[in-house]
Amino acid sequence: MTSTASFTSSGDAVMRRRLLLSTVFRTVCRIAVYSAIFVLVTLLGVVLWLAIGRLTPAFFSRGHSAFPDRAGIQAGIWGTFWLISLTTIFSLPVGIGAAVYLEEYASDTWLTRLIKVNLSNLAGVPSIVYGMLGLTVFVRMFGLFGHGIKLNLLNGFLVVPLPFGKSVIAGALTMSLLILPVVIIATQEALRAVPRSIRIASFALGATRWQTIRNQVLPAALPGIATGAILAISRAIGETAPLIMVGAITYTRICPGGVESVGTLLTDPQRVLSAPFDMYTAMPIAIYGWIRVGPEFTSVAAAGIVVLLFVLTCFNGFAVYIRQRARNKLKW
Amino acid sequence: MASDSSASVPPSVKGVDRDQDMSSHPINVESRGVDFWYGDNQVLFDVSLQVPERSVTALIGPSGCGKSTFLRCLNRMNDLIEGTRISGELLVEGQDINSKEVDVVLLRKHVGMVFQKSTPFPKTIFDNIAYGPRIAGQKNRGYLVDLVESCLKQAALWDEVKDRLQDSAMALSGGQQQRLCIARTLATTPKIILMDEPASALDPASTSRIEDLIGELCAEYTIIIVTHNMQQASRVSHQTAFFFEGKLIEVGRTTQIFTNPKQKRTEDYITGRFG
Repeated sequence: MTSTASFTSSGDAVMRRRLLLSTVFRTVCRIAVYSAIFVLVTLLGVVLWLAIGRLTPAFFSRGHSAFPDRAGIQAGIWGTFWLISLTTIFSLPVGIGAAVYLEEYASDTWLTRLIKVNLSNLAGVPSIVYGMLGLTVFVRMFGLFGHGIKLNLLNGFLVVPLPFGKSVIAGALTMSLLILPVVIIATQEALRAVPRSIRIASFALGATRWQTIRNQVLPAALPGIATGAILAISRAIGETAPLIMVGAITYTRICPGGVESVGTLLTDPQRVLSAPFDMYTAMPIAIYGWIRVGPEFTSVAAAGIVVLLFVLTCFNGFAVYIRQRARNKLKW
Repeated sequence: MASDSSASVPPSVKGVDRDQDMSSHPINVESRGVDFWYGDNQVLFDVSLQVPERSVTALIGPSGCGKSTFLRCLNRMNDLIEGTRISGELLVEGQDINSKEVDVVLLRKHVGMVFQKSTPFPKTIFDNIAYGPRIAGQKNRGYLVDLVESCLKQAALWDEVKDRLQDSAMALSGGQQQRLCIARTLATTPKIILMDEPASALDPASTSRIEDLIGELCAEYTIIIVTHNMQQASRVSHQTAFFFEGKLIEVGRTTQIFTNPKQKRTEDYITGRFG
């Protein structure tokens, strides 16, 4: 019989096995993390190394060219700019409004429950399906307009072609549908995170439902909504397949509306109004195109990738910043 | 039935004279035969209660007896819960609050509520208190500034926060937050204040401040307070109503209820035989 209890791990076999298992598990986890980081760093490193030499200011002021030395990402940047601006304008109000309705106003009927369940399904639909939808609805508009008509608005200041054809607005509407479920779900989560007690306190002070939403719930949920929106838009920036389906050009110098500089953007309203109805490309598509051409464009593609990653990093960084600020300000 | 099984009633807080004759005060809040259902489940049975103006009425009873539910009927907060149904008459200042002509938003300005857990809005102290008047349409900044000061003084919080009205309300302590919520309720200039266990989440020092506050406020407001703390009920109220399993068992002067209850159940509860 052993003497008084000992707390040192003696040569006990069971104890040693437990410790060994623990160490093995910890090592496996470490390997997983480091492999992931290693792959990421390698990818980034290779891309950066390939892109060196291409990332000159000239790269940003030129579109596609048959010569790799004269190719640039300008058309891609502007196309993405218009695409994302319009997508934001279409998807955010609709998405946030839908989420507010579902969370704050809708009563719990079978219809509401059906909608809520199917939102997650919609978020998982492959993007190419949205591409096909966009092609039929926005690009061709079911063939309702025959060979197409042109609407002259604002005394000819603005010409709207119907159907939209292979224009930025068709692409933006398609992308809006794509990210709409994500925006709705993220907004729902943000609204749910606002404690019910805040709403009840607001009602008890004699507020209507809209006043409560506008003055208490939405401001409190705003950081979560903003984060979700930014992440949804980041996803939209990287999409390629649906855009190709709705007619984005792969190799081009065209910037929508002919707006090639920020100056034009600010000073030429007619071009700005005509831009959504113009043809376009986007950064991921330009990159894809360059990779397809051949090895001589590899470095150009790599430079494009660096620019795209930089933009995405900025977006995600902004989302993180907003989340941090929210955490510091709102402590329930 | 006489009983001296309970200890003598603790002294009342300053401002509450339990021997005061309330018959000269008009009846502010009255329920007549009120029944209430959560779905199919009836939780209030034929509750008839009269509350005089500018008095403090305590609602006591074991958990689940319906006292909080009844309280919430008085400013129709139960409307926010789906599947609830009420029958009987509930009169506030003579008007049946469940009738179609009553605007529930206006009712809630008139009948304020303080909750068990203080819920300051994640805004500044000033904006918290100004919220009620603002959503009612008040835009005059000068008026709001004066109103905020007056409410904070009535809630005995002014001295502690007067230099930091633009600070976040979330930075206040628990007791301060609850007084802030009281000030916030006062800002809508109600006549009646409902309190649902306002001090149960607070430390004893804050609790006694809240009780003193009730004593001061009852000079101007009608107060109905739900509490599971019987000593508190006896300290702050003129009239006490004992609820059990959804029925109003007994209601009367606080001193009488706690020294000489007429119903056996009341006596059992007060002496701690159950609940």
